[in-house]
Amino acid sequence: MKMKLIATALAAAVTAAPAMADLVFPSLSYRTGPYAAGGIPFADGYADYFTLLNERDGGIGGEKIQMPECETAYNTEKGVECYESTKGMGSLVYQPLSTGITYQLIPKVTADGIPMLTSGLGRTSAKNGAVFPWVFNFPANYWDGASVAVKHILDQEGGDISGKKIALVYHNSAYGKEPIRTLEELSKKHGYELSLIPVDHPGQEQKSQWLQIRRDRPDYVIMYGWGVMNQVAIQEAVNIRFPMDKFIGIWWSGSENDVKPAGDGANGYKALTFHNLGSDYPLYDDLKAHVFDKGLAAGAGDQHGTAIYNRGLYAAMLVAEAAKTAQEIHGTSQITPAMMRDGMEALEMTEEKMTALGLPKFGPEFTVSCENHGGNGFAAIGQWDASAGEWKLITDYMQSDQDIVQPLIEADSMAYADEAGITPACN
Amino acid sequence: MFYREAGDFKTSYEEDSQTFPIKFDRYRYYFVLAFAFAVVPFVINDYWVNAIFMPFLIYSIAAIGLNILVGYCGQVSLGTGGFMAVGAYAVYKLMTAFPEVNIIFHVIAAGGITAIVGVLFGLPSLRIKGFYLAVATLAAQFFLVWLFNRVPWFYNHSASGQINAPERTVFGVEVTGPNTEAWATYLFCLVFTLICAILARNLTRGVQGRKWMAIRDMDIAAEIIGVDPLRAKLSAFAVSSFFVGIAGALFFAVYLGAVEVGEAFGINKSFLVLFMVIIGGLGSIFGSFAGAAFLVLLPVLLKNTLVGGLGWPTDLASHLEFMIVGALIIAFLIAEPHGLAQLWRVAKEKLRLWPFPH
Repeated sequence: MKMKLIATALAAAVTAAPAMADLVFPSLSYRTGPYAAGGIPFADGYADYFTLLNERDGGIGGEKIQMPECETAYNTEKGVECYESTKGMGSLVYQPLSTGITYQLIPKVTADGIPMLTSGLGRTSAKNGAVFPWVFNFPANYWDGASVAVKHILDQEGGDISGKKIALVYHNSAYGKEPIRTLEELSKKHGYELSLIPVDHPGQEQKSQWLQIRRDRPDYVIMYGWGVMNQVAIQEAVNIRFPMDKFIGIWWSGSENDVKPAGDGANGYKALTFHNLGSDYPLYDDLKAHVFDKGLAAGAGDQHGTAIYNRGLYAAMLVAEAAKTAQEIHGTSQITPAMMRDGMEALEMTEEKMTALGLPKFGPEFTVSCENHGGNGFAAIGQWDASAGEWKLITDYMQSDQDIVQPLIEADSMAYADEAGITPACN
Repeated sequence: MFYREAGDFKTSYEEDSQTFPIKFDRYRYYFVLAFAFAVVPFVINDYWVNAIFMPFLIYSIAAIGLNILVGYCGQVSLGTGGFMAVGAYAVYKLMTAFPEVNIIFHVIAAGGITAIVGVLFGLPSLRIKGFYLAVATLAAQFFLVWLFNRVPWFYNHSASGQINAPERTVFGVEVTGPNTEAWATYLFCLVFTLICAILARNLTRGVQGRKWMAIRDMDIAAEIIGVDPLRAKLSAFAVSSFFVGIAGALFFAVYLGAVEVGEAFGINKSFLVLFMVIIGGLGSIFGSFAGAAFLVLLPVLLKNTLVGGLGWPTDLASHLEFMIVGALIIAFLIAEPHGLAQLWRVAKEKLRLWPFPH
């Protein structure tokens, strides 16, 4: 007992020492490894937005922002090392951009009392804030993505897809397996036939998977891929002449880096998105004036305006707005992780807010509450125009099938609550 | 001067055949143990335990296990990652199926289950040798990872295929789950590492180890002098897999807490542990520790110096890290092909003669 006391006292002394005065938003990024193609633009966008706030506004509410970066290489062991090395700095919120690391960190952030935001990734059932008080996944999650993709297919087929064949090509990991349950439920409802085609990490070799697709001839292919897997899959799809407009990727399979290697063949490839694309926003003028032209851009500075760079901006914007909300609620600019959590739970994203930030119509409107940590599940479909070299939104934002998704979230989060011994509570 | 056996008289066979016959060695060993048990737990924090000590201790167990197979018995194996996965999934199934049983028994049982699986995949070693055996164990690696991904029973039908370690205690102190104290998980792993190392050391010094080494050096000659290759090879697979299974169980339950088989126990893990054994020194328990330390601590050290100390960009630092570690591996192996353990042995020889070399 005495030993424990001394140990905890020492641990407290060591970890409490480097408390910084600034707002700390650590970035667990990956600029190396097979997933760097997605990791670099996101990390650049995340960093540039905070640099802009520091340069233009002097931080958030007068407090400067610090963004210690730590390289995870999408590897869970390095992710743990990064989390442990940054959590003592007074980190306010984590965005690991890796479903594997997210699963790792959910129990840890809950024990340490630091919020985590996993926009469009992570554990879908974290939407239930009664079970996951420290984890947020607004504005959309994997199951929303699967449901919106099926909705789009319904639209394409005039509302009837019974007897159609849909294949899911997925990264054989927690991330790729997430949508399976949803797609199975939806297949019961709409009567399509679902086939599952896993691709193992890192996904550089997919010949057999696409041979299977060529043999089975599914009507549509939905892909949950990431990193180098996307490029290979799109190239293979081009090779077997699969119709590109019937090939729909999740938002993590929809970056310029994924389609460009396949050249003109990738024309017409579709991908979901939960935020807008392109660089035609007033915010980019500010970025240019305060960040790019001053030579402060993160990384090589060649990712501006790409889909995942925009997602990095969007992710940083969401936590910055949550921090502002937290400062308003608690009446102090020096917020703690616990206050940050309150700010995230009270976050309201409205059109006026986004317009004022220079990002009109950039993302969906949503309100976070304890019961709903995940937004309303709106997503749109973008299509790749190879000749213009850009993504174009071809649909409006559509809401996922809440009748299917919501009960699944309820069931999965309750199963977790049982397993981890949590009593769900909203106060 | 300090380090020599002159004047260190032994009066019984037990004394003469102890693990550390030289007094200085023995005291150094006691000192390391005392430091590890009585000092480190008081000063350790979450970062040190999760980033440095736990991976080091757990990889040491895995390296000891693989060293028994590759270093002592001469059977090349590339299935370490798969066997670690067996340990991890075994401990997960046991922890969730029998929550009332203490985790210590679960970890040991997980080692036992891995030993059985190891023997099964060791059967081909009776017919094939060398590189061909390496390929056969490679099949074990891929098959086991595929199996744990494919059959939902192993991950209790969870939607994501992840396994999560529930909270378990030893003597009322939590050692798994999120609310653990740094010193508790450290001591838990340290005890397992120490017992495994003592076990392995004494196994390899005794009859069993000599049989393994006879098989390694020349299997036909060994058979002629009466070593049964079937029992020697399969026992090496069993003992090796037992240790690797314990390492896998601790890796999942205590260190990471949540694991996904393809990412955590892929072929990279097999290579990593094999490199530890080769760099540390084949056929040496100390070498297993040295190799694990080299490959676990050096990247963390480099990262902290380059990013934390010099403030370099993380991607540049991480690319440099690959180059530096790679270059050091090559340099070490050119300078001393028998690994860090041999360097240590040479240093000891020099120390014995110091300060009056011939």
